[in-house]
Amino acid sequence: MRHRVKGKGLSRTPAHRKATFRALTKALVKEHRIVTTVTKAKELRRFVEPLITRSKEDNNLNRKEVFSALQDKETVKSLFAEVGPAAGDRPGGYTRVIKIGHRQGDGAEMAVIELVDFNDVQPEAKETKKKKTRRAGKSSTKKATAPAAIEEVAVDNEAENVVEPIENASESNSVTESTKNIIETLEMNDDSAGEFSQKDSDEE
Amino acid sequence: MAHPKRKISKARRDKRRAHQAISEVTLAKCSNCGAFHKYHNACPECGYYRGRQVISINN
Ligand SMILES: [Zn+2]
Repeated sequence: MRHRVKGKGLSRTPAHRKATFRALTKALVKEHRIVTTVTKAKELRRFVEPLITRSKEDNNLNRKEVFSALQDKETVKSLFAEVGPAAGDRPGGYTRVIKIGHRQGDGAEMAVIELVDFNDVQPEAKETKKKKTRRAGKSSTKKATAPAAIEEVAVDNEAENVVEPIENASESNSVTESTKNIIETLEMNDDSAGEFSQKDSDEE
Repeated sequence: MAHPKRKISKARRDKRRAHQAISEVTLAKCSNCGAFHKYHNACPECGYYRGRQVISINN
């Protein structure tokens, strides 16, 4: 029998678990990407995704249902105002979980969970460069020419991103190799880069 | 209550443990910075995962 096997208990009572998911959801909707443990991140999907599906269509019933799950006006508001419309025709899969290694202290495996619709277009300008440099034949560093190329490529790279995120991802993979040094010089000092650095959601 | 009749010899104990070794973690090379990272994990050196900056590393 596989009775009562669904989901993870997270070593919490049902009420505590519910509170945890509410808190995590609140943070996720507000920040669009949060850092938490892998287990919580994966469990959170089961909680948030149906709510986002609800928030795609704005009516009284949906608002009521979502509110009853969250008990937080602000979160409901921004769900229906931003997150729902952004999801558009996406048939589920609104979130993405990426493992980022272990937490110091208790060694828990950590992950980033983010809303796909808000994190698809790269937050950093540096990600959108390359292409030009790649055609130059993987000749690693041409710091003089590269920055010019960045602006050009930025636009069409973004467009690709929306349509075929996976293909684009692998594409930029090969490219990043060659432009590694350029990236280093350009540094992480964009505002956007630091933005999600330590959004460590204290989920309790 | 049931009790062990004999002490487990060192040899027997060690033979039992012969199969308990932990295997090495398989590592992949980061496509962005070339550092080693675990599969299905963001690179701990540069924070890239599948060609995208996933988390910023400050150092
Ligand atoms: Zn790396």
